[in-house]
Amino acid sequence: MNFLDRAFYRLKRGIKAIRLYLVLAGPGIIVMVADNDAGGITTYAATGAQYGYHLIWFLLFLLPVAYYVQEMTVRLGAVTKHGHAEAIFVAFGSFWGWFSLFDLLLVNWLTLVTEFIGMTAALSIFGIPPLLTVILVVLIMGLMVLQGRYWTWEKIALAFCAVNLIYIPLAFIVHPDVHQIISTGLVPNIPGGLNNTFFFFIMANIGTTIAPWMIFFQQSSVVDKGLQEKDIKMGKLDTLMGSILTVLVAIFIVIVTGTTLYGQPIDSAAQAAQDLGGAKSLVGTLLAIGLFDAGLLGAICISLASSWAFGEVFGWAHSLNRKIKEAPWFYAAYFLLLTSAGLVVLIPKAPLILITLFVQVIAVTLLPAALVFLILLLNDKNTMGEKYCNTRLQNFVTVSIVLSIIALSTLYAVSAIFPDLFGAQ
Amino acid sequence: MKTSKFAEINRRYKTPQIQMSPAVKLALLALRLYLLLLIVLLVVKFISLLK
Repeated sequence: MNFLDRAFYRLKRGIKAIRLYLVLAGPGIIVMVADNDAGGITTYAATGAQYGYHLIWFLLFLLPVAYYVQEMTVRLGAVTKHGHAEAIFVAFGSFWGWFSLFDLLLVNWLTLVTEFIGMTAALSIFGIPPLLTVILVVLIMGLMVLQGRYWTWEKIALAFCAVNLIYIPLAFIVHPDVHQIISTGLVPNIPGGLNNTFFFFIMANIGTTIAPWMIFFQQSSVVDKGLQEKDIKMGKLDTLMGSILTVLVAIFIVIVTGTTLYGQPIDSAAQAAQDLGGAKSLVGTLLAIGLFDAGLLGAICISLASSWAFGEVFGWAHSLNRKIKEAPWFYAAYFLLLTSAGLVVLIPKAPLILITLFVQVIAVTLLPAALVFLILLLNDKNTMGEKYCNTRLQNFVTVSIVLSIIALSTLYAVSAIFPDLFGAQ
Repeated sequence: MKTSKFAEINRRYKTPQIQMSPAVKLALLALRLYLLLLIVLLVVKFISLLK
């Protein structure tokens, strides 16, 4: 009887915890799955095509990297109730504040253009013209925010996150050699030795794991959702679940292209979908749908990260819980960013490759700053209080991660500016 | 009106609230130098493109 009582009590507690998690989950999963945006899908697809399964072990290392960085935004947002842009203004003054805000605007807008490039390329496989794609995306994203509730927006975004998991069944469809995945993919190895191509792919994979918009998005999202200090534990669990999902999807994309396109280097995920039969084959179709969804998720998060940041600093009403009449500037910024980025893709002969390259360079000016500010804020007792400051262990882990990210993303940007510096790719 | 909004924001956030410990000062200095280095690299690239 005593045993049954205890088991029933534990079950009830477990169900209560799951219910609470389902209520509080969202920002972490959305930001992490959206991390596999159009650029991310292209990077992972190209990694699989270039190296087969050989770099899967490296992707596993990205799980703690993504988790430890993003977990800090949950604590910072829940404790200060400030988005990252506002937190920088408050803590470091207007010089660093303006620098971060305008750099964020530029990086986000350029990244948004790359999301549209991915989405239009994906739907062109089905014969849908770019103009129609841009209109469709603006309509979907407009309908998502204009209903005036953060909760509804979050649930729709989570549905799009579920579509991003399409790469998992896709990997089973292409019948990969499981034994080979385990023997070559899970054992750390450096295929072809330490050469420039290897470094380029390592840097590209790290570059797509942590992007500046992710830090700003998740912190603002935590604030808009109204997470409190008592919710930090669940917020961290949400971030961990998201980190697992993002790495899992990345691994399955590598498996798909590693099985089907190994040895045939590709330039983009859309090219991979075309090479795999396009709309005429199931694999090509699912790859294209996944690419469109990835671009859409990226666009959703990036547009919001920017408009939240501007709302925080300029003192506009900036919540998805507000109607358009109550927060006109917030929604104006959202649509202005979105439509202007969409229009760029429609310009004939627009320098889209140059823009994609430029994103890598500009992102590297903001990413180190955003990460350094994050660590400094998490160590400031005035901001965080004793309880939520970084511990020594957290500092050791996060400082090591941040220094590695800064070094590798800088090398990635330098190799983008001077392609010949490290030898030809 | 627009200028006054920027001025108001500058006034509001004039004083950094973070405790300016030596570690914070060093981190901000390193960040300034890093950004300066990136700007120099971009200028070099721009000049090399013009040539």
